[in-house]
Amino acid sequence: MATSPVTETAEHAASTLAQVSPVFGKLTWDIFPFYDPIIFATFIGTCVLGAVIVGLVLYFRLLPYLWNEWFTSIDHKKIGIMYMILATIMLVRGFADALLMRGHQALASAGYVGYLPAYHYDQVFTAHGVIMIFFVAMPFVTGFMNYVMPLQIGARDVAFPFLNNFSFWLTVSGAVLIMISLFVGEYAATGWLAYPPLSGLEFSPGVGMDYYLWSLNIAGIGTTLSGINLVVTLVKMRAPGMTWMKMPIFCWTTLCTNVLIVATFPVLTATLALLTADRYLGTHFFTNDMGGNPMMYVNLIWIWGHPEVYILILPIFGIFSEVVATFCRKRLFGYTSMVYATCVITILSYLVWLHHFFTMGAGADVNSFFGITTMIISIPTGAKLFNWLFTMYKGRIQYELPMMWTVAFMLTFVIGGMTGVLLAVPPADYVLHNSLFLVAHFHNVIIGGVVFGIFAGINYWWPKAFGFHLDRFWGLVSFWGWVVGFWVAFMPLYLLGLMGVTRRLSQFEDTIYAGYFFTALIGALLVAVGLLAFIVQIVVSIMKREQLAVDGDPWDARTLEWSTTSPPPYYNFAFNMNVYEIDAWHHMKANGAKPPQDGFQPIHMPRYTASGIIISGFMTVMGFALVWHVWWLALITFVASLAWGIGHTFNYKRDYYVPADEVRAIETGTGVVRPAE
Amino acid sequence: MRLARFGLLAICGVLLSGCDLVLFNPSGDVAAQQGDLIIYATVLMMIVILPVMALTVFFAIKYRKDNEEATYEPEWSHSVSLEIVVWSVPLAIIICLAGLTWVATHRLEPYNDLPRITAEKAIDPNVTPLQVQVVALDWKWLFIYPEQGIATVNEAAVVVDRPVEWKITSNTVMNAFYVPEMAGMIYAMGGMETELNAVMNASGTFEGFSANYSGNGFSHMRFDLQAFEEDGFDEWVAKVRDGGPMLDRAAVNVLENPSVDHDVEYYGEVEDGLWNLILNMCTGPNDLCLNDMMMVDALGGGGIDGLWNREMYRGLCTADDPQAIFAILRPDLVERGPEILQSMVLDADTDPLPPLNSIPQAN
Repeated sequence: MATSPVTETAEHAASTLAQVSPVFGKLTWDIFPFYDPIIFATFIGTCVLGAVIVGLVLYFRLLPYLWNEWFTSIDHKKIGIMYMILATIMLVRGFADALLMRGHQALASAGYVGYLPAYHYDQVFTAHGVIMIFFVAMPFVTGFMNYVMPLQIGARDVAFPFLNNFSFWLTVSGAVLIMISLFVGEYAATGWLAYPPLSGLEFSPGVGMDYYLWSLNIAGIGTTLSGINLVVTLVKMRAPGMTWMKMPIFCWTTLCTNVLIVATFPVLTATLALLTADRYLGTHFFTNDMGGNPMMYVNLIWIWGHPEVYILILPIFGIFSEVVATFCRKRLFGYTSMVYATCVITILSYLVWLHHFFTMGAGADVNSFFGITTMIISIPTGAKLFNWLFTMYKGRIQYELPMMWTVAFMLTFVIGGMTGVLLAVPPADYVLHNSLFLVAHFHNVIIGGVVFGIFAGINYWWPKAFGFHLDRFWGLVSFWGWVVGFWVAFMPLYLLGLMGVTRRLSQFEDTIYAGYFFTALIGALLVAVGLLAFIVQIVVSIMKREQLAVDGDPWDARTLEWSTTSPPPYYNFAFNMNVYEIDAWHHMKANGAKPPQDGFQPIHMPRYTASGIIISGFMTVMGFALVWHVWWLALITFVASLAWGIGHTFNYKRDYYVPADEVRAIETGTGVVRPAE
Repeated sequence: MRLARFGLLAICGVLLSGCDLVLFNPSGDVAAQQGDLIIYATVLMMIVILPVMALTVFFAIKYRKDNEEATYEPEWSHSVSLEIVVWSVPLAIIICLAGLTWVATHRLEPYNDLPRITAEKAIDPNVTPLQVQVVALDWKWLFIYPEQGIATVNEAAVVVDRPVEWKITSNTVMNAFYVPEMAGMIYAMGGMETELNAVMNASGTFEGFSANYSGNGFSHMRFDLQAFEEDGFDEWVAKVRDGGPMLDRAAVNVLENPSVDHDVEYYGEVEDGLWNLILNMCTGPNDLCLNDMMMVDALGGGGIDGLWNREMYRGLCTADDPQAIFAILRPDLVERGPEILQSMVLDADTDPLPPLNSIPQAN
């Protein structure tokens, strides 16, 4: 009866193997969601839509173009744009989940059963959280950093261009896995951070949790690599003369964010790896029994999770800093204190994680310590807000769309910040924790902060990326839809939280909350109008691109990305620029600098490669195979991705020189701007 | 303070007639203090939030491009006095708030005995807190009353103005024990005991629920908390005592089966030492209790050896036979067994092990 650990592991492995078919793993016909009309209809709809898109791509013979110019591109600008496209697609998916939940809760709180059984509802809120954080907010933010930062420091690309492409495709790989889970099998029903023991094998035996783990494991590697890449870029590739204290604020926030990524994403990877070991190898890191400790997981995941919210918001603060200075036609107030505030936030963000679980009972000393460190973060954040405020003071504010988003952000974000500090008071958190007040708080800072900032950034840098403005009318519709919709959707949730309503409920026992949930649904529908208008805005702008066309510097802006053409040539800048001041481009314009028309040199550029998408493709299949216990396929694809990665290191044809004549042709406008190679 | 609370409720009442913000108007003193704290903190932060919002709107309008009369200084970007203000005003607010936090967190620490019944009423030193042991199960709540020797499912009762000491654990995944009318929540975790000290100041029936998502039946994981005067509580205890069978290991194992929207159940009797078994996750016939496993490991053989030990000592349980494992592991020390076991109980004053001869032997 006594078993040794070795035999136990062997038995676990043997039983795992015996449970499944050696060829198909756990895959059977039952995995397709025939049982649920909502999912099945979506499944059919998506298949049809997918077939149409693929058909169009093939019909117009776009595949070679997409493959050669985009998928294999290691141009940071194209990768940045692809991140934004990924994020927009996933935003639609995540928002569909949000609408489903708001609609269901509005019905359920009014005494109807609603249309989502608990099992399905739980998957929806889990997917909503995971998608919005990992596959919407992160790719948007990474997209901005990728596109804008190298241009702002006068660089021609990031430090490791291939790694950049690889990081992007790993993120896509995670997104693909999570999308597959919608139709093949199920998704996790654990909440977005998947606390064990609920997420352990005993309480979640299905494949949903495995989708969660492998999609985040793979995407997380991509994020870590991208963080390393951008830190190195900022450290090594700034234009001559651009000392640290002459970098644009967006570059500072990018630096701090990527330092946070490099320091915290390995924690996430390790934590998820331990949970994966619990589920696949029969270990007991986070189980209730056998010496496992779920509280350890909660600590570890929040040691990543809290810096993560600053990873999202810091670059957004950077975007607002650029926008405010540009549209107030004035230097940013308090550059130095802005830099220090960013750095202080970076450091403090490591020291607050326990405020996510005061209610675990760590004791008054520990709880007050973490409560107070959390409040201290509001000091540099407050200082930033004042700095934007005093940038507006004695300015000439132009209400272009990015500036409107910024003012809306300032008015919305302070409320979210205030409720955040409130939640940092441990005794107050005891009654507000896990309530809809908390839900309202983090949506207040993520929508009112991150999302508003994303729209400010898109409207601001779109002309740079594509050479034409975004349409103002549809931009206004989008703006008002989002801003009004946000307030209507989340103020009732604050009140519901104060009424003691907890989060993640799919059924209600009485109907007194119906009015609030119905109001919230109306708010969500207004946001839907805003989201739809944003997509219309893009389509309309593309159709009207001739009318909306701009030159290199349409906003009369201050930083180096505006010194090149719109869109920039693939090598960004024909010459290395010397930087003498903060707001280098503004300084150049003030001193009448003109782009040289002669003396062009050959430019050293990296070559495109397909290795990134191919290795990520292998890893997607590997993730899928691991989810379904198709061990042979997992092994083959793992070896293949490793082999391809090693093979790639023997590729010595990685770079080329753009001839000086070609640069001259592009720069002097005598030639058509040609893509690389 | 009362005024502020009244003001908030009045605003709320005007905006949305009939909204009942239970957090600001609870029936228990702890929750009332927590609600007050929310208002204090909010008022304190409004000192900086409101001016910032007002200034934002004011600057946004005044310095718009069309307003040619407003001053325009494109290179003005630094002012030492302003920077001192923008750092020191939030700093001052946070210093106040931090002081408030430190004091309030220590005063309202859920593990500490209550310092008062209400603001007007002090603790009566002759009244001991009512003990209630709470177990979160899939997806229902089990309440054990060790003094009364009764247990209930999905219904709890307390005495008005008598402090209650809730000891909380879980037999399944993480949950949070929360009665908004009484006091803030605390997590319920498997193999862990958390504690909540609270008091109800008004009689009535109040809603309690799990406030930490725990799976399929989570939405219905609710119970009624009845707050009675002394007489009513005794009647309730008598009703429960008459009402039902004995809660023993077997009954707990039946309750462990997941169920949604479980009916109220009464148990007239409770097996001795059951709480310890639940806490140590060994109500099954063939489990090794966590505390025993820790002892086995401590006496030689954690890590990989611990896996062997689990198999070797399955079914043994110190609650049944405190000396059995000890005798196997350290036959040389068997004489001093009771003394050593006693010293291993951390909370020896309040929760001593029962005398050995009083423990019924398991079949």
